[in-house]
Amino acid sequence: MKVLVPVKRVVDYNVKVRVKSDQSGVDIANVKMSMNPFDEIAVEEATRLKEKGVVTEVVAVSCGVAQCQETLRTAMAIGADRGALVQTDAELQPLAVAKLLKALVDKEQPQLVILGKQAIDDDANQTGQMLAALLDWPQATFASKVEVSGDTVTVTREVDGGLETVALKLPAIITTDLRLNEPRYVTLPNIMKAKKKTLDVVTPEDLGVDVAPRLKTLKVSEPPARSAGIMVPDVATLVDKLKNEAKVV
Amino acid sequence: MTILVIAEHDNAQLKGATLNTIAAAAKLGGDVHVLVAGSGAKAAADQAAQAAGVAKVLLADGPALAEGLAENVAAQVLAIAGNYSHILFPATAAGKNVAPRVAAKLDVAQISDILSVESADTFTRPIYAGNAIATVQSADAVKVVTVRTTAFDPVAAQGGAAAVEALDAVADSGKSSFVGREVAKSDRPELAGATVVVSGGRGLGSAENFKILDPLADKLGAALGASRAAVDAGYAPNDWQVGQTGKIVAPQLYVAVGISGAIQHLAGMKDSKVIVAINKDAEAPIFGVADYGLVADLFQAVPELVQAL
Repeated sequence: MKVLVPVKRVVDYNVKVRVKSDQSGVDIANVKMSMNPFDEIAVEEATRLKEKGVVTEVVAVSCGVAQCQETLRTAMAIGADRGALVQTDAELQPLAVAKLLKALVDKEQPQLVILGKQAIDDDANQTGQMLAALLDWPQATFASKVEVSGDTVTVTREVDGGLETVALKLPAIITTDLRLNEPRYVTLPNIMKAKKKTLDVVTPEDLGVDVAPRLKTLKVSEPPARSAGIMVPDVATLVDKLKNEAKVV
Repeated sequence: MTILVIAEHDNAQLKGATLNTIAAAAKLGGDVHVLVAGSGAKAAADQAAQAAGVAKVLLADGPALAEGLAENVAAQVLAIAGNYSHILFPATAAGKNVAPRVAAKLDVAQISDILSVESADTFTRPIYAGNAIATVQSADAVKVVTVRTTAFDPVAAQGGAAAVEALDAVADSGKSSFVGREVAKSDRPELAGATVVVSGGRGLGSAENFKILDPLADKLGAALGASRAAVDAGYAPNDWQVGQTGKIVAPQLYVAVGISGAIQHLAGMKDSKVIVAINKDAEAPIFGVADYGLVADLFQAVPELVQAL
């Protein structure tokens, strides 16, 4: 069984981004970029399924600028067998990415696509579900446990109030939540080996997909700042402030 | 212009998040219809009919909709989507699961987690863990939107008198099935809707120590929350996680105990009205957003606080 794992290059999760003064967006020039953390979990899960012998090939794919190749190399260092980049400088929104991924799925014919539940830059949480809809495949979002047996995949999902388990007929779409696994560290020998793996580059035009953005961003602004708080010396003062100043207890 | 709100419910009970979503719909101006898709969900539909500002409730009742499987619920929404200019879901686990599926089938973009309605086609939403607010405009014929429930005050649960109209329920897709559910039992208020939240972090040290927060939460009538570090370490269950990838809360009072305040955690609670931080590290970033900060050992300060309240 083949697995496709889409990965996204995003601003590293430790970076506190700044809004540009002209409100056209956030400033990501010279900022550290990394693989989206949920996508690392997706690559790790696919690799573990391969190590268990359930999966024969793991293909990592990414959509975006040329530098996304670095992200794909990281995926291959974790365990993906090869990579594919849909290269474009255009702004890509989730619907466009889902369409590009559908084109790749049509070409590669995987039985399973594992994505992260959301990217930490646009915080959209849409692409996996959209891809499932376009392919008319079943979906299991926010996965914390995945078990494949025969032509069924059983997934435990993190939902409000607890956990829920669903069974999907393959082929299917899964999106990962934080607690699905702990991604491994990539080792130097694996980074070296990853450089030799195949990485195909195509364009949206090759795939016949229109990636024009559907949502227009009018402006990006700073969130309202909180007024500065005060430090209290002891519990008694804290309680007094809460009762008499903030009046919340 | 007619707006469709997809109700969140457990068949017997309409969830509070639905009322916040109806409030966002009301801001668009136009008739608001509510879809209750479930099985044996007449009670939930009747509750939706009483919500203020609802013009009509559509009840789709069938076995395929019993457990809210995305494939079936999305098909149910799509069956009537043609009648609406806007389709709104609460930005909860259930809403986030289904909304993009509906949007993609309609070939429209989805707008996630809106904070405000600027006009019928323009909305604001947080990006980069809430460190920036984007104002976005949609040119699509149908706007599929998920609503951040804490950003809209709920409409009154009583006072409306909408008609309930039955719809034909969709057949099962046959592609997915429900296996089971493990619901964490709690007598405390629901985290997302609580007026007071007490949250613990890595500073608690163990699941055993986490219980030190119980008397404080009892005294304040608070829901318990946790940082990702506390959840990952097994001190608290997954669904207590507050943050960018967990629950977004905006209570009247948020008490952060032993939480350093990583940006991912702040993304989930910085819209709280009053924030109190108790931490022994005076340099912890949490003090940057706290209205009242107390540098102290939580194992002394928390019991003292319970005493003093």
